[in-house]
Amino acid sequence: MTTQTDLIQYLLRLGDSALIQGQRLCQWCGRAPALEEELALMNVGLDLVGQARNWLDYAAELLDDGRDADHLAFRRDERAYRNLLLVEQPNGDYAVTMLKQFFYDAWHLEVLKGLSQSGDERIAGIAAKAVKEATYHLRRSSEWVERLGDGTEESHQRMLDAIPLLWRFTIELISGDDSETRLHAAGLVPDAAQIASAWLAQVEQVFTRATLPLPPAPSYFYLDARRGLHSEHLGTLLAEMQFLPRAYPDATW
Amino acid sequence: MSEWTLFEVFVRSKHGLNHKHVGSVHAADSVMAIENARELYTRRSEGVSLWVVPSNLIVASSPDEKDPLFDPADDKVYRHASFYELPPEVGHM
Repeated sequence: MTTQTDLIQYLLRLGDSALIQGQRLCQWCGRAPALEEELALMNVGLDLVGQARNWLDYAAELLDDGRDADHLAFRRDERAYRNLLLVEQPNGDYAVTMLKQFFYDAWHLEVLKGLSQSGDERIAGIAAKAVKEATYHLRRSSEWVERLGDGTEESHQRMLDAIPLLWRFTIELISGDDSETRLHAAGLVPDAAQIASAWLAQVEQVFTRATLPLPPAPSYFYLDARRGLHSEHLGTLLAEMQFLPRAYPDATW
Repeated sequence: MSEWTLFEVFVRSKHGLNHKHVGSVHAADSVMAIENARELYTRRSEGVSLWVVPSNLIVASSPDEKDPLFDPADDKVYRHASFYELPPEVGHM
């Protein structure tokens, strides 16, 4: 494995995660509980799709096999996707949507902060710009977790129901692999262990304010997005997202 | 969202200018109102500062009193600076 191969995998992981999280948010379009929330969800979603474009552009350049960012987004199969398992999970109710967003944002912001110090100027530049967006995303999602957790009896119960639906997938937010260790040693990406402890501290703090119990640490299980082993939900999401460019490959609009 | 409060939103478009009323948002409290206002009214770089005020705290003049309140100003042109002739030595003001 060369640094180049490691880096491509890392960029796909960042780009795919932002893209799928953005796609999930945009599935709320026309269905949000209030007009104000609808706008907010779409704004966050489109921030993430924009970030995904930056990461996938760079990944495509390094791949140098004739594919561009659109090709990577719309013509890759599920097994070639490297997004976090967390972000492909269904939206569920607003408690699930906001908890998923919060788990992702807390990880995302730490990763971006680390990447803004990357030895690779291109990565540092993209990350520095994205940090501002992610800071706001985290502020919004952590407030919603707090509001719902420490809200009414029903909203509290819905948050309690949301936690076990998502918690096991957070294992990917707090564990690194050899590839990431090599990239960290090369000064390109932040230390996975540091991201993990910052993420846990953030979740602990917000859960305390939200009067929600922190489950025991998630443990490793058979799915692994780093190897393209996804839950059953990614396939149907991609089928919808990729239908048009796959059915009409040369269409322009 | 009938339980949510209606807030009026004011945006300052540039430093040095005043906040201008741009519309309203629904929100559960003032923190959420600022965020919702940010989402609705500043997504195309419209502003550098936001104010939100619960709509029910705004005291408004009554439309019934429009005549006594505002009509008397109509025939008092001397209240405009342009009514007065400037001496030539003042030059452009």
